[in-house]
Amino acid sequence: MDKLFKKNTPNQYLISVVSVVILSLLSLIVRDTIDYKIIGYVLLLLVSLLAIFLEIRPVLLAAILSALALDYLFIKPYYTLHIDNVQDAFLLIMFFIIALINAVLTNKFRRMQRAIQIKETRASTLKLYNTLLDSLSHELRTPIAAILGSIDTLQQKNVNLSSETQQKLHNEIEKASMKLNYQVENLLNMSRLESGYIHPKLDWCDVKEIIYNVCSRLSEETKDHHISYKIDENLPLFKLDYGLMEQIIYNLVYNCAQHTPKGANIEISAKYDVDVDYEVHIDLIKKCIITISDNGYGFPPEEIDRAFDKFHRFKDSKTGGTGLGLSIVKGFVEAQNGSITLQNGEESGAVFTLEFNVDCLPINSLKNE
Amino acid sequence: MNNGFSILVIDDEIQIRKLLEISLEANEYKVYFAVNGKEGITAAASHQPDLILLDLGLPDEDGQDVLVKLREWYHNPIIILTVKSAEEEIVKALDNGANDYLTKPFRTQELLARIRTALRSKSSVTNESILTFGNISVDLVSRIVKVNNEIIKFTATEYNLLTLLIKNDGRVLTHQYILKEIWGQSYSEQTQYLRVFVAQLRKKIEDDPNRPKFIITESGVGYRFNTS
Repeated sequence: MDKLFKKNTPNQYLISVVSVVILSLLSLIVRDTIDYKIIGYVLLLLVSLLAIFLEIRPVLLAAILSALALDYLFIKPYYTLHIDNVQDAFLLIMFFIIALINAVLTNKFRRMQRAIQIKETRASTLKLYNTLLDSLSHELRTPIAAILGSIDTLQQKNVNLSSETQQKLHNEIEKASMKLNYQVENLLNMSRLESGYIHPKLDWCDVKEIIYNVCSRLSEETKDHHISYKIDENLPLFKLDYGLMEQIIYNLVYNCAQHTPKGANIEISAKYDVDVDYEVHIDLIKKCIITISDNGYGFPPEEIDRAFDKFHRFKDSKTGGTGLGLSIVKGFVEAQNGSITLQNGEESGAVFTLEFNVDCLPINSLKNE
Repeated sequence: MNNGFSILVIDDEIQIRKLLEISLEANEYKVYFAVNGKEGITAAASHQPDLILLDLGLPDEDGQDVLVKLREWYHNPIIILTVKSAEEEIVKALDNGANDYLTKPFRTQELLARIRTALRSKSSVTNESILTFGNISVDLVSRIVKVNNEIIKFTATEYNLLTLLIKNDGRVLTHQYILKEIWGQSYSEQTQYLRVFVAQLRKKIEDDPNRPKFIITESGVGYRFNTS
């Protein structure tokens, strides 16, 4: 209601005029039985009530109108603005001043409230912004520092570096550049998601091919990990967005590799829902289920629900990250009407489960065409 | 020092030009530069390079238009450089006659390999009837394919797909192009056939079908036969 009044000021003037007129007319009926001072209080109450809901100017108008009405209709002699005695004149002036103070004070109070509200929103935006800047500048500056540092060492004039050391420094530069690229990629993807620019291009995808393709691109990042595959041999083709699926699996495997110790296992499985005989039915909507799990430390149980939140980083996380990777995964999964859940494994580690209810096409149906 | 090949780089980014100048000249290519589309077309006409590296994001005109104009008379390989996540741009460029593409940031080793492949397919218009690469040999006359010296049976479609890929060695073929060539115009959107047949071909010719060395997936774009 508050907003409705604020938006339309001409309406507010109308409301103040009408309410003063109606109240005055009603009071006119009981003018002879009730003391005019009481009527003064009633009008004052009206102005105070209006002050709560209306802007300052309509309230001032109501204050002036009700003072005039009090004088004209209720202070003797009636139907004239003339006042006979000093007492009544004093009463009228007091009435007007109290009405004014009421209007001004209420307005001031409301403004203060609004200012506090704006300040609070700004503070929370600022906090989010600072979290983002903090993690971003850390995530971007660390690789840049590694690159510059390595180059400086390589360029040092009076130092003889063994070829082994030089190789190591070159490797550092390479790793840091790849990390930078990954972060920039994530930022771009996040802005794509935020702007609603994602329109999945659904086409028949060989999920098995996507998984192997992504993992071979990640061979450098996962060289200290064991990746095992459990992919259904008869996995049908699914109607998904190839590029989005690549990014989803890339981020999840990358995440597992970053947050598990050396030598940890990562298992990727892909299967389909078999509760209906899909060999007989072609083009049926079926479930594609992909799980990516590791045997690392898993997620802190009290924070597991927040894993996909933007910029969320876990308290004890040592390896950093912008907190963007997993929220992008969720966004991309949902853009394809899929769902993602995260659980801690029965013994240890994290288990990501992706489910897509999409059209599928059994491979056997096409082989001999 | 020169290996006999010249390359024209059309790119407005000075850093990329510097990098390409160093790495291409180190590999003994003669390099020409142009900073926009107009200059690029003039330079292509006056130098007649063996290969052109064309950046799609040029300051003066759309890289696709430059590509179309070049292709009216220029028949040597053109490799496109582009920023990431622009699959539609890439497909369009390939349809407009580009031989290959690389997304920025690209690795120099990858770029050099692509250049070598493109130049090789340019110079070797062979009339040989038997093509050999690695452990695979294809006899185009008798239509016999041998893997590790063993004859492998292929269906007609599989064989056609394999030879289409081989004849375009190193070149990225879009999904639509392959579907039209092998299955016909009305199949140009039926990517499911391609997915299945590529998987089958890989099972027959690749040592590890899950980590293919010959038939490379270009995600969202198409496939490329790789012999380098």
